[in-house]
Amino acid sequence: MTAVTAGTAETTGAPGVSDAAVAAEQAAYEAVFDAAVAADERIEPRDWMPEAYRASLVRQIAQHAHSEIIGMQPEANWITRAPSLRRKAILMAKVQDEAGHGLYLYSAAETLGTSRDELLDKLHSGRQKYSSIFNYPTLTWADVGAIGWLVDGAAITNQVPLCRCSYGPYARAMVRVCKEESFHQRQGYEALLALSRGTEAQHAMAQDAVDRWWWPSLMMFGPPDDESTHTAQAMAWKIKRHSNDELRQRFVDIAVPQAEALGLTLPDPDLRWNEERGHYDFGAIDWDEFWDVLKGNGPCNEQRLSRRRQAHEDGAWVREAAAAHAQKHRVDKHHAEQHQHTGKHGEAQA
Amino acid sequence: MTLTVNTAAALALGDDALVLSHRLGEWAGHAPVLEEEVALANIALDLLGQARVLLSMAGDEDELAYLREERAFRNLQLVEQPNGDFAHTIARQLYFSTYQRLLYAHLASGDGEFAPLAAKAVKEVAYHQDHAEQWTLRLGDGTDESRARMNVAVQALWRFTGEMFQPLDGVDVDWDAMQTAWLESVGDVLRRATLTVPEGPRTGAWTAGAGRQGLHTESFGRMLAEMQHLHRSHPGASW
Repeated sequence: MTAVTAGTAETTGAPGVSDAAVAAEQAAYEAVFDAAVAADERIEPRDWMPEAYRASLVRQIAQHAHSEIIGMQPEANWITRAPSLRRKAILMAKVQDEAGHGLYLYSAAETLGTSRDELLDKLHSGRQKYSSIFNYPTLTWADVGAIGWLVDGAAITNQVPLCRCSYGPYARAMVRVCKEESFHQRQGYEALLALSRGTEAQHAMAQDAVDRWWWPSLMMFGPPDDESTHTAQAMAWKIKRHSNDELRQRFVDIAVPQAEALGLTLPDPDLRWNEERGHYDFGAIDWDEFWDVLKGNGPCNEQRLSRRRQAHEDGAWVREAAAAHAQKHRVDKHHAEQHQHTGKHGEAQA
Repeated sequence: MTLTVNTAAALALGDDALVLSHRLGEWAGHAPVLEEEVALANIALDLLGQARVLLSMAGDEDELAYLREERAFRNLQLVEQPNGDFAHTIARQLYFSTYQRLLYAHLASGDGEFAPLAAKAVKEVAYHQDHAEQWTLRLGDGTDESRARMNVAVQALWRFTGEMFQPLDGVDVDWDAMQTAWLESVGDVLRRATLTVPEGPRTGAWTAGAGRQGLHTESFGRMLAEMQHLHRSHPGASW
């Protein structure tokens, strides 16, 4: 409805008046929402929110949930080959946590009026994305350590500010996720350290993994600020708190001294401390590769999605069985309750 | 390696937990529903924890897990069986967790060297058994397809169940009584799940007790090849 219609309505009567009232109500809701965001208050599921805010959150939270689920694959690839029982236990616990994070995040998305089934369907049909990083293969055991250190490190840098995201359920999910992620990151670092300080072959394995995972990790922060379509609006809504480039810089500044402590090098000849900026300068990211992977042409895109679809399809009969059993059980329970009720009633009468 | 009696028992029980944990670990990323990714990994982790305690009672856990060959493993043939479909995995869990719960409940009540481990593990195993029972009921009393699959699974694994009750030196249990309790418990769950209680032999692929003697089924060697490959490729390295 336009302002003109609303103006007309004020003078001419009934059907128009409701249009005006709707518009006024809409504006009032919008004002309350804007004020809440401005005051750093949390938006909760029952609160009014702009449709675009809702859609943007569903997209982001779903993509985040999908990343946890697809992200299980590159690491699960090494569960059966982990080189010690201690490392095997750590890796299993981590992959289990990722499934749990996926569950929290699908629940958070569901508070916005979608469903896990609907989101999974969008993942399986390629209509929703997951993090580009999981389209790279885990070729050696050291990749598990490099993922823990770099990939989880980048994820934490991204996610810690999300703990203050304007949407309450997402922010709260992030608090729980970040606690567990930090733990995984430390374990990944420690696994790499063991390799770096191990035999020559182990050290070489660690260096090779870091060489392969460094640039893809930097790409996890998304396109550069001038090419990021969602950033400005997401920041205005306080879904995001920092731009992609800000977070990427923060990550590099943290990672460089950690690499030194690990005794490993980062594969970037342009990486050096810039006294003036108080930050590390680093080389150019291969954005062609980034967009290519995002479009589905990375080394593992096809494999990851096929595997996920396969698990879902193979499990269909199990989910159907659970649903059928629940249905029968519900009927049984209903009868049992009725009997109990009748019984009590009978006793009371007697 | 000359084993004392209790070392042999620790190895047998530790190998059971280690091998089944490995099989469950193969499910990661393949489960039918996200909640089962969590549950199967959870059970695998519990079992791996038990394996580490038990193998450490017998020697160095990594040396024992990664450097023994197939003929030196003492696990039951049941736990090394491939995952198959979800029904096979659940049937294997039902059979094994029921056994493990009876055994650990008994060990926990005594004062032998396994009592402290059993006291902790029996709580985990109670959860595993409940999980397996619930799924047996859902799959058995679910759809026609799930009942058919579950019937195939309970039938296929039945022959490996006798081995669990071969006396194990160093473990003081009334094995016959335990077997009777196991048959009652499992039979009850299968009947409630509207499944057919199998009647075939329970003597395993070779003879009852074969796994405990290091005589395994063919898929086991391939499982070990995958599990041990990396560790064996870097002799003496620490991880």
